[in-house]
Amino acid sequence: MRNTFIVAKRELGAYFATPVAYVFLVIFLAAIGAFTFYLGSFFTRGQSDLAPFFNFHPWLYLFLIPAIGMRLWAEERKTGTIELLLTLPVSTFQVVAGKFLAAWLFTLLALALTFPIWLTVNILGNPDNGVIVASYVGSWLMSGAFLALVACLSALTKNQIIAFVVGAAVSFIFLMAGLDIVLGAFRSWAPEWVVEIVASLSFLTNFQQISKGVIDLREVVFFVSMIGVFLFANTAIVDLKKSA
Amino acid sequence: MADDVLDVRGLTKRFGPLTAVDNVSFAVRKGEVLGFLGPNGAGKSTTMKMITGFLSPTEGTAVVQGHDVVEEPIAVKSRIGYLPEGAPLYGDMTARALLNFVAEVRGLSKAERKRRIEEVIEQVHLEEVIFRPVETLSKGFKRRIGLAQAILHDPDLLILDEPTDGLDPNQKHEVRTLLQNMAPNKAIVISTHILEEVDAVCSRAMIIAHGKLLADGTPEELRARSSTRPALSVRVSTEHAEKARTVLRGLAGVGFVEIVGRVDGVAHITAAPSGEQDILEPVSEIMQRESITVEQIIAIPGSLDDVFRQVTQSKAGS
Repeated sequence: MRNTFIVAKRELGAYFATPVAYVFLVIFLAAIGAFTFYLGSFFTRGQSDLAPFFNFHPWLYLFLIPAIGMRLWAEERKTGTIELLLTLPVSTFQVVAGKFLAAWLFTLLALALTFPIWLTVNILGNPDNGVIVASYVGSWLMSGAFLALVACLSALTKNQIIAFVVGAAVSFIFLMAGLDIVLGAFRSWAPEWVVEIVASLSFLTNFQQISKGVIDLREVVFFVSMIGVFLFANTAIVDLKKSA
Repeated sequence: MADDVLDVRGLTKRFGPLTAVDNVSFAVRKGEVLGFLGPNGAGKSTTMKMITGFLSPTEGTAVVQGHDVVEEPIAVKSRIGYLPEGAPLYGDMTARALLNFVAEVRGLSKAERKRRIEEVIEQVHLEEVIFRPVETLSKGFKRRIGLAQAILHDPDLLILDEPTDGLDPNQKHEVRTLLQNMAPNKAIVISTHILEEVDAVCSRAMIIAHGKLLADGTPEELRARSSTRPALSVRVSTEHAEKARTVLRGLAGVGFVEIVGRVDGVAHITAAPSGEQDILEPVSEIMQRESITVEQIIAIPGSLDDVFRQVTQSKAGS
């Protein structure tokens, strides 16, 4: 646990040591603002809730989470620092968890900085703050699942661009798993129960459930277990590369 | 043996069809400085990566103070100070932040961290750069920071992959002095392809090529393996130089003869034996017979370079 925090602290520091963190935060906040007010018609729809705000989160994460996660392992491999890190007395899982935690805390910061929109909606009307809290929690959980996925893919390559592109593509598949664009690829050959499993893996469907305002245990368990599965896979990939 | 700090047992690494390290076994005791010699791509770094737990061996294992790297990697890693090849470091961190990170992961208490970081900064002379980002520093400084993080927790076993690569002669000398000072209390393994370094710091040297261990002994023992007997440097006054050369060239058992220089009226002539026999006696005899006044005859011992080339090339392609 201690080692995980030490690794996380260093990783978090690394985001802020370069302009990456600031560029990301500015773009994230600008984009989410633009989407909410223009595409989401935040004012003109005349409802005091944050649905137009949260609806765009999955789509922003699709590109921004790979941008945060791509460097986690690819950069270490490229610069060779992975040899320094993995010959320190830490277990692979501690490093995997530490790196993930740093990136996840960073997205928490990005989410927290959207507070003005929450203030705005509270000044203009009487929103259901329970729904908003649930949506924030759901959004953060979903970002965690995306991040764990991208970190896992980042461990496969030393090229950050590849990590980004593959990360975004696989994220897209998981996001859309409940829709025809993905299910169509399975329906033609897979039995119905496989299609149903694939559909149940959809990040979008699970997030939409939470953002309706009910934090159902099922969706929380879904995202947390997605994070768990990808962190486990990440550990396995890093360990496998040792014997390659 | 009980005081073996490192015990390498049949270490083998295969990458697909390529055998990078082939059944390498050796032990290192406390107080020993082992020089790992070999041409590039010989398997030196791969062996070190396996000992330090970065790569898992295909076969065999390494045991550090009773802990097996395959079974208990964390216990082994906490006992080793490792400088990886090329001294990779986090470029965006300052030297101090980086040392602090390593010290934290190594489990040093806050007070201990402060004390040890001050000590190693002084030992490897980093005072002027500790608050600068690592990526802005010269290769020499980076190498020294890599060395600093390796000795930070005062480990019993140091594994250093080319510790003096990229350093200027003064810095090389400093690092070697540092290693010599630490040597009595530690077991140290360094890899290098600079042979003078073996003479300077190593109490024992091993030659590895094509993944196989080819020679193991003190630098003197290795030198004795040189198939060429000592060459001679014959020093005569310059007016006798040409005559001496002609005489030496005519002598049986002498191969190569050359006047290598003239200093202060004295000519230095190198005479190398053509075969296995010692040429010191026949040379001094013939000089006397030809009444050439010899100022001095010095035996030039076989060089490690020769041994290195002989050992590594004779096995090439096998």
